[in-house]
Amino acid sequence: MSKIVIDPITRIEGHLKVETTVEDGVVKDARSTGNLFRGLELILGGRDPRDAQVITQRICGVCPQSHGMAAALNLDSAFGISDKIPDNARIIRNLIQGAHVVQDHILHFYHLAALDYVDVTDVAKYEGGDAALNSVKDFIVRGELGPFVPRYEGDYRLPPEINQMASAHYIEALEIRRVGHEMVSLLSGKIPHSVGIVPGGVTITPTVDMITAFLWKLRRLQEFINNTYIPDVLAVAGVYSDYCEIGSGCRNLLSYGGYDLEGNSPDYTTRKRLFSQGVVSSDLKPGKLDISRINENVMYSWYENSSTGRHPSEGETRPQYGKDDAYSWVKAPRYDGKVYEVGPLARVAVNYANGDPEMKKLVESSLAQLKAPPSALFSVMGRHLARALSAKFTADNLEKWLLEIKPGEPTYVEYEIPDEARGFGIVEAARGALGHWIEIKGQKIANYQCVVPTTWNASPRDDSGNPGPIEQAIMGTKIRDKDNPFEIVRIVRSFDPCLACAIH
Amino acid sequence: MAKEIPLVWLAASGCTGCSVSLLNTASPTIKNLLVDEVIPGVHINLRFHQTIMAASGSLAIEALESTAEDKKGAYILAVDGAIPVGDHANYCVMGERDGKPVTMETRLEELARDALAVLAVGTCASFGGIPAGAPNPSNCKPVREVLDAKGIKTPLVNIPGCPPHPDWFVGTVAGILLNGLPAADDLDDNLRPLAYYGKLIHENCPRRAYFDEGKFAKKFGDEGCLYELGCKGPITYADCPTRRWNNGTNWVIGAGAPCNGCTQPEFIDGTSPFYEKLQDVDLPVIGACWLPGKEDKQ
Repeated sequence: MSKIVIDPITRIEGHLKVETTVEDGVVKDARSTGNLFRGLELILGGRDPRDAQVITQRICGVCPQSHGMAAALNLDSAFGISDKIPDNARIIRNLIQGAHVVQDHILHFYHLAALDYVDVTDVAKYEGGDAALNSVKDFIVRGELGPFVPRYEGDYRLPPEINQMASAHYIEALEIRRVGHEMVSLLSGKIPHSVGIVPGGVTITPTVDMITAFLWKLRRLQEFINNTYIPDVLAVAGVYSDYCEIGSGCRNLLSYGGYDLEGNSPDYTTRKRLFSQGVVSSDLKPGKLDISRINENVMYSWYENSSTGRHPSEGETRPQYGKDDAYSWVKAPRYDGKVYEVGPLARVAVNYANGDPEMKKLVESSLAQLKAPPSALFSVMGRHLARALSAKFTADNLEKWLLEIKPGEPTYVEYEIPDEARGFGIVEAARGALGHWIEIKGQKIANYQCVVPTTWNASPRDDSGNPGPIEQAIMGTKIRDKDNPFEIVRIVRSFDPCLACAIH
Repeated sequence: MAKEIPLVWLAASGCTGCSVSLLNTASPTIKNLLVDEVIPGVHINLRFHQTIMAASGSLAIEALESTAEDKKGAYILAVDGAIPVGDHANYCVMGERDGKPVTMETRLEELARDALAVLAVGTCASFGGIPAGAPNPSNCKPVREVLDAKGIKTPLVNIPGCPPHPDWFVGTVAGILLNGLPAADDLDDNLRPLAYYGKLIHENCPRRAYFDEGKFAKKFGDEGCLYELGCKGPITYADCPTRRWNNGTNWVIGAGAPCNGCTQPEFIDGTSPFYEKLQDVDLPVIGACWLPGKEDKQ
């Protein structure tokens, strides 16, 4: 029996440690620990409710837009205007959120995950005329290889010319994701921490030149997704085909659904969305989402035990570092008492299970190329593939919505801040199901609770002792070389964890 | 042979937004910064940045700790996020030593002592920022306060903003590479480079004419100055109106939203409620902020 401790897990957002116990080369036990607590929910207390839109974005600089969106829906609901948001505002919110999520998926595959599969040092052997690759070759010859080396060694399987091409795509993706942020900025001022989405609608006055600029930036992203991102994911999955089975995890998936297609129904859990609300398990049969079944456990988290098991609308955050048996700042949300994974895989699987024709076509053609069954979705490569398909599906719909904007028509509705109210907002962030809950008293925030995608995925054990999704995905995995535990970091990164989000 | 300048980047009690903002740098691009000679003859060698580096775990920590040992006095330390010192600083830890977690306060102390310069990137590192908002649950401190408490005299530059514009970071680093450490009169009292934080938002705001003629927006989407919708431009020092964000695409007030004062030491408690009109502020007259000296800004 031996231990493998990886602290920090890099190329994710934030502070994550993973500790495993290995017996006969197989992981027997895994513990994931979130290592940064700021207490944003406590900081929100007593403030003007509208400020939640500004402050919750600062939960995370990688996913700010999703928090801004969840906060706006939450406040719309508390202010009693969730069914009164003008169509222009609903559409512009979707465009802002969509552009942000699409660039985030590209960033994840190339800049967070790819270095686990692609050997950049093969660019030293490059003999062609590409200026970017030759500058990387010069960099390698100079000899100071940070931040690309050191790294785990021994399991890079792509041939040199593919490594060189993928390295060129890494550089191209830096540019493309920056353009994605320019799209957000067009409609929302700046990013990270944008300003355009507010309770009541959006602040921007849309114009035709803005719409056109957005369209042509979007086209660059679509071209990259179709011709580079999806082919690269399929190529990597083809060569690392054992990772179409490794890291399957809990096999329960949950999605809040994302991108409102209608604005006149006040209930976010049933209104029509591009990505549907729902739950799915390994049989890939659609299940209905009921958010009253969510609660957060803290027996193994550094919070007072008296606050465990609550629905987020009644949630509490009372830190207690060093509590016996606890090992993480991440709480453990559960649905119906069971462990659920969230993320692009859940989004894609829910639409697939619901028979969405566009999504079925995307999933089936990709699986056919990999010669893999639908069960392969529950794996490291399944998550990467689902993320790429989620990017394509979202980007293709952005173009449709863009032309539905009507310059000159309303983008904002006025409201009164109620003396007492409750609200909630649920969206699909890049990393999955994101929920905000608020209670207002005396026109101030009395309680604000966030249950964030990585809160689900990186959760520690729940009160019944069930390990969280990432922990389960690691347990049972065979480790080929404990000094270079590629398997663990590849599994963890396939979830695209965001720890600032998870703990907040 | 290019001169190699090692850079290590610590992520403390923050949100990685400062790093994502830097990723948006347009000229030079982030690829230029990482791989190329950022100015002819000088390459920045990013030894440690937990969001982008290949290495994990002890391999990563070794890259961090060996830089402090091998490159004494020659490396730049960038820090984003505030430093939590409450509950023995256990609210933010990274890596282990003898089986115990190492706090970010300890990491900062160890790395700052022998750095060529410390760059506090973002408002959390510069002034406490978001996690230091009342009731400051983890007792977060700005980098400056922690260094002072430890008697560390390494030169410090604050590059606030939530997040900072990438040009503010890139320009500060390029300045150090080309001209050495900033002189005292290059910085304001809050250790911000005057080149980027020398003027009020209000001074260069394209909606300033509305303010002067008393035409104020009453709700989002209205023509007019955003002062009554809570704009903090009149108390906020930064060049956003002229520099604009995301490769010059737009900026906060360009999107019809009020400035929230994110480059200021008062952010967030002193610049909120964000959507309420400023109270008890002596508004500057035109021209007052064009004067170069920091004492003239008052």
